[in-house]
Amino acid sequence: MSAGRRPRGGGAAGGGAAGGGPRGAEGAVRDPAAQPERTRMAWRRTTLAFAAVVALLARGTVHDGGPPRQYALAALGALVWLVFLALAHRRIRALDVPRPGPLGTRTAYAAAVCTLTVPISGMVVWLW
Amino acid sequence: MIERLWYGLRDSLRLWLAPERMRAEGTTPDYRFSLANERTFLAWVRTALALVAGGLAVDQFLTGMRPAPRTAIAVVLLAGGALCAVRAVNHWLRTERAMRRGEDLPLSRFPVLLALGTAVTALAVVAGVVLGELGR
Repeated sequence: MSAGRRPRGGGAAGGGAAGGGPRGAEGAVRDPAAQPERTRMAWRRTTLAFAAVVALLARGTVHDGGPPRQYALAALGALVWLVFLALAHRRIRALDVPRPGPLGTRTAYAAAVCTLTVPISGMVVWLW
Repeated sequence: MIERLWYGLRDSLRLWLAPERMRAEGTTPDYRFSLANERTFLAWVRTALALVAGGLAVDQFLTGMRPAPRTAIAVVLLAGGALCAVRAVNHWLRTERAMRRGEDLPLSRFPVLLALGTAVTALAVVAGVVLGELGR
């Protein structure tokens, strides 16, 4: 809990918890520990990693100038990345409250399905 | 061993099919613990993405290798990525439930398997590159 015990004012819930300012009568001892912010950045990192994978897919398509199904693969990758981006955006907005609720199972499933789509479609296209 | 695997599988399936039932159990943990679990889930998703990227990179950059072993390594990496993504959700659900029930967090052999698998695949890539260079 080393990082979690930094004393902070109730209102200064991490620089990134946009808006700032006191929210509700939370009391001054609440320890935000920048948890929502760290989680927000984790979503951002993951979206970025996903973008790198999609870029690699696009590179393969352009480089090989391969068959149409290669293009379909890259397009599908870009599409699921957009879905992932939307999920991350929604979750990040949901985190922007004093006491964010847990991640919804549907969001978790959807994020995993987006991730799964790339390797599965890749295997289908290669092994065709 | 088999029995434990079977019970684990049945338990997971139940959890997967009716995740809303989990939310009805126990008490909601401190939001910080839930967020930590969420970040762990995301870290596993990134691991899955890294494996997928590795598979794509093997396919695109190891052009010195013969196509058959190259595709084989790439497919293994992609399959590993897919497995990682599935396990990310599974572990997240189990941890969430354990926290609600106040149980110990679930243990898992998966990281060990992943480490071994990564090592073996890396060696295969090294062998492929070296043999490709020698055969030139």
